[in-house]
Parts: sequence; structure tokens; C-alpha cells
Amino acid sequence: MALPRSFGLGALLVVLAVLPAILPNDFYLDVAIRMAINAVVVIGLNLLIGYTGQISLGHAGFLGIGAYASAILTANYGWPSAAAMLAGAIGSGGLALLVARPILRLKGHYLAMATLGLGIIISIVLVNEVALTGGPDGMSVPNFSLFGFEIASEQAWYWVVAVLLLGTTWLALNLIDSPAGRALQAIHGSEIAARVAGIDTTAAKVRIFVLSAVLTSIMGSVTAHYLAFVTPTLSDFFHSIALVTMVVIGGMASIYGSLLGAVLLTALPQVLAGLEGGETVVFGLILIVTMIFLPRGLVPSLALRRLALRRRRA
Amino acid sequence: MSEFVQFMFSGVTSGAIYALAALGFALIYNASNVINFAQGEFIMLGGMAAAFFNAHGVPLMLAVPLAIAVTAIAGLLVEKLAIEPAKNADVTTLIIITIGVSLVMRGLVQIFLGKNTRPLPSFSGDAPFSALGATILPQSLWILATTLATVAALAWYFGRTRAGKAMLATSYNRLAAQLVGVNTRAVLLASFGLAAALGALGGVLVAPITGASYDSGIMLGMKGFVAATLGGLGSGMGAVAGGLLLGIVEAMTAGYLSSSYKDALPFVLILLVLFFLPNGLFGAKTTERV
Repeated sequence: MALPRSFGLGALLVVLAVLPAILPNDFYLDVAIRMAINAVVVIGLNLLIGYTGQISLGHAGFLGIGAYASAILTANYGWPSAAAMLAGAIGSGGLALLVARPILRLKGHYLAMATLGLGIIISIVLVNEVALTGGPDGMSVPNFSLFGFEIASEQAWYWVVAVLLLGTTWLALNLIDSPAGRALQAIHGSEIAARVAGIDTTAAKVRIFVLSAVLTSIMGSVTAHYLAFVTPTLSDFFHSIALVTMVVIGGMASIYGSLLGAVLLTALPQVLAGLEGGETVVFGLILIVTMIFLPRGLVPSLALRRLALRRRRA
Repeated sequence: MSEFVQFMFSGVTSGAIYALAALGFALIYNASNVINFAQGEFIMLGGMAAAFFNAHGVPLMLAVPLAIAVTAIAGLLVEKLAIEPAKNADVTTLIIITIGVSLVMRGLVQIFLGKNTRPLPSFSGDAPFSALGATILPQSLWILATTLATVAALAWYFGRTRAGKAMLATSYNRLAAQLVGVNTRAVLLASFGLAAALGALGGVLVAPITGASYDSGIMLGMKGFVAATLGGLGSGMGAVAGGLLLGIVEAMTAGYLSSSYKDALPFVLILLVLFFLPNGLFGAKTTERV
């Protein structure tokens, strides 16, 4: 029932290529860029949560590390943007590697608690180290430049994130059908059974945790340069929750679900912006209702429904 | 010395509030295996409702029980409308649902009761007195005494009453409890009502010191979750011990080390504990069945 991989990727390529031509103005282009940035992060997070079954309520922390590494190193120390981005990615990956073993030993709610704690600690450090980070007010970030070229316009950023999104989608689709990806899904099914089948489950979990942290950190750097300004809210608990929500609403263990989740939940606040306090209520209600009626998330639930319809017809 | 007593006292006071929040987490976790991320909003709603009633002329001694009752009803509604329909959902889905509930509650309170911090008068005056060289607010004594009485009442409820024992039986083994005639659906509903009431109690107790505001529930809820995890999820005495420990360590850090990192401390503490004791301080060791 699954469509061939090249079909989905081709469709994504066409949509990404045509989109700037049909969007009426830069406001929509801006929303599209934010959607794409979120989508990359959410795909990485889905590999961890949806495929491997390990929840993380603190991934915005890695977003914050990437963003602030880029901001601080380029603005205060004059580093080249690419080097700062790399430093952020190494920092996030290193931290993830350091905590992965003790954290991923935990199960269920204890894992939720530990990852939540990790994210909040990072966020509080960013708020408190005012001399370095500018504290709650945030700090401005210079343009991203590479080999003398500056990425500054919305158009330029659009093509950068579009390529990143396409690349991530391709990588993720390949990963989940590779032996390593099958191993991750086996861990989700039953960790003990996976171990019995000869999978080094600890190593597999650590690898995917580090991978998703690095991916998130890179997108943090991209966000910092794109917005030209960073505040600690980028790394706070709500952002972590927003990311997990995109994974769950779109569909656990569904790459295209992650795309849809990121697109919908990035658009939602724009749609609800005029409601003054009501947007929180509506957002909360949408979460509750979706989870009650489509607990697997949009894409998997709808795919199942289509399958059931086809069976009935046959 | 007097400094130490002062920090100790303020630590135990905030620890008592965390303990009440943690008990709410433990209750719901036991009845349903759900971590209720909206627990902090029950604390917030209790404080806000009491302040609202009091500001509209309801005497304090009536506003407090009224606020707790309103919050308990909110808790029952949450279970009926959001948790029960999602019955067999997995952990992540339920976490998202309770987060949705907390957003709805926070949004509604913001719309109907406003964004400003609301004051609530102390239960018996604001004149502090000294003991052992420390300055103590009368409200702190109210907090300690009420928490102590609540813990005693809960111990009696779970140890001596049929309803309490039914709740306990459900937490040990839901199917076995059903087999001996326990209405586990009613238990689940009651656990939400009781947890909401406990949260609201914490909220009205702490509001005279900190004020009540629509966004005060997040941190309190999070720290309650830390306290509950610290003690081992689902353990009642563990929740109380975890709450007190958290309050004391936090007050000592704020007093002797750095107050700007006070809010980070609970999370550092819980990470360290979980690194070495993956089931909390008093949690039972679990084995996974294949």
C-alpha cells in the first residue's frame, strides 16, 4: 500500500519548487520557511519518538544550544558562521552523547521527566547567563555567510531550508528502511526482544538520540541566522512540547506525518493570532480532540481508514 | 544558625506545597498510569478562584472551600471529557492530551479572570513572629499544619476506608480489582477529583504569599512532577518526602549559593537521582515482560 519512495520525494520536490511562485508575498514565504525549519526538526524527533519509542520533552534545548552557539560565536567572537554552526552541532551532539546512556536507560514517564529536565536546565542557563546571551531580552545575530556569499533575503533562505528539508526527508526515508532503521523499530516493539535478536539496543538508542540532537542544533543555528535575533523562548518547555505535538499530531513513525504536523501546527498560531487568549484554548482543544479521535496521528490514521475502505470494496 | 533555620523553614513551607502537588500526581498515576501535566493548572485554578471569590465579597473562610470545590469539579470534568474517551491510548498520547487540557485551562482562566496577579489575604494576618532567630509568616504555619492534616487524612483514607482501599487495589492491579468488584472507572474519576482538590488546596495556601496568576501553574506543576518522580512515581509517602526534600534543597541553594539558578535546581537534582536510581528514591523495581 505504501507508495514508492521516489514518488513521495518527487511530490515534495515539486511542491517545494513551485511554492515560491504561487505564494502572494513575503509573509507567506516567511511562514513557509518556518514550516520547513520545524519539519526538519520534527522528522529527526520522530525518528527518536515515533520509530524508536523514546520520548523527549526537551529537544528545544538542543535548538537553543545551536541557536546560541551561532549567535554568540559569530556576534561576540567573530567566528565564521559555518564554524559556529559546526561548534553548536558538536556541542549538542557531545551533550547528547554524554547524557544518552543514563537517560535512555529510563522508561516511560521517567524518561519524559529526565528529558524535560534537561531541556529546562538549558533554557534556564540561557536566561541567566546575561553577559553571554543577553538574558531574556535575547541578542541579535549577523547574517549567515559562506565563501563571501551572504544569505539574507527571504528567497535565499527559502531555497536553503527547502534543500535541507528535502535532504532530511530523503535521509530519514532511507534510514528507516535500512538495517539500522529496522533495529530502531524493533526497539519500539520490544526492547528485550530486540536485544535477544542480537541488536545492541543501547548503542542504537544513543546513536539516534545524538543524530536527532545534532539535526535539531543545526536547525537552531539556521533559525538564529534567519530571524537575525534569538531569545531563550526558542529553547523553553513550550517549544519542546510544540515539537512533540507536531510529531504526534502528524503521526508517530510517519515521515510524511511529520511534514504535515509541522505545516499544520506552524500555521495554526498564524490563523488563531487574533483571538487574544482564545488561541491557547483552541490550540489545547485541537490537541485533545485529535488525540482522542486520531490517536495514531493524522497520516497513519487516514492511511488505515483508506485501507479499510479499500478492503470493504474488494 | 538563625540563617539556617530561616532557610530551613522557607524550604519546608514550599516543600509542603510541592508535596501536595506531588500527591496529586501520585494519585492519578496510580489510578490510571497517566502523568497529568495539568496538575499545575489545578494549583493555579485553586488560587485564582479563591482570589476571585474573595475580591467579589465572599468571605475568605467561604471562598477557600468554594475554590477547592470548583477545582475538584474541573478535575472531574477533565477526566470525563478528555481522559476517559481516550482510554487505551499510549503514554505519549496521554501526555499530549493532558498538556492540551492544561492549555485550555490556562487560556480560559486568562480570558475570564484576566492576566493580572491577584492577591489573596493571609488566613490569619500578616504580622510575622520570630522563632529560633528566624522570622516566620503565620501563613507558613497554615501551610504546614494543613499539609500535615491532609497527609494524615489521606493515610486514613487509604488505610481504613473501603473507597480508599479500592483505589489502592486498582493501583496494584486494575484487572484483579475489577474481579473483586471494584468499579475502576469510578476510581479513575475520583482520583482526578481528589487530585484536583489537593492541587487547589496547595494553590489557596500559597496564594497569600505569592499571589495568584494565570501562568503560575506551570512551574509549580513541573516541580510537583519532579517531587513525585524523586520519591518514586505512585508512592504516596515518596511524594511527600520528595516534595519536602525538593523544597529544602531549593531553599538552601537559593540561600547559600545562587538564587538565579533556584529554578534549575529541581531538574539537576532529578537528573542526578534518575542517573543512579532509575526508579526514584522509593520506587519499586519493575521488570519488563515480553
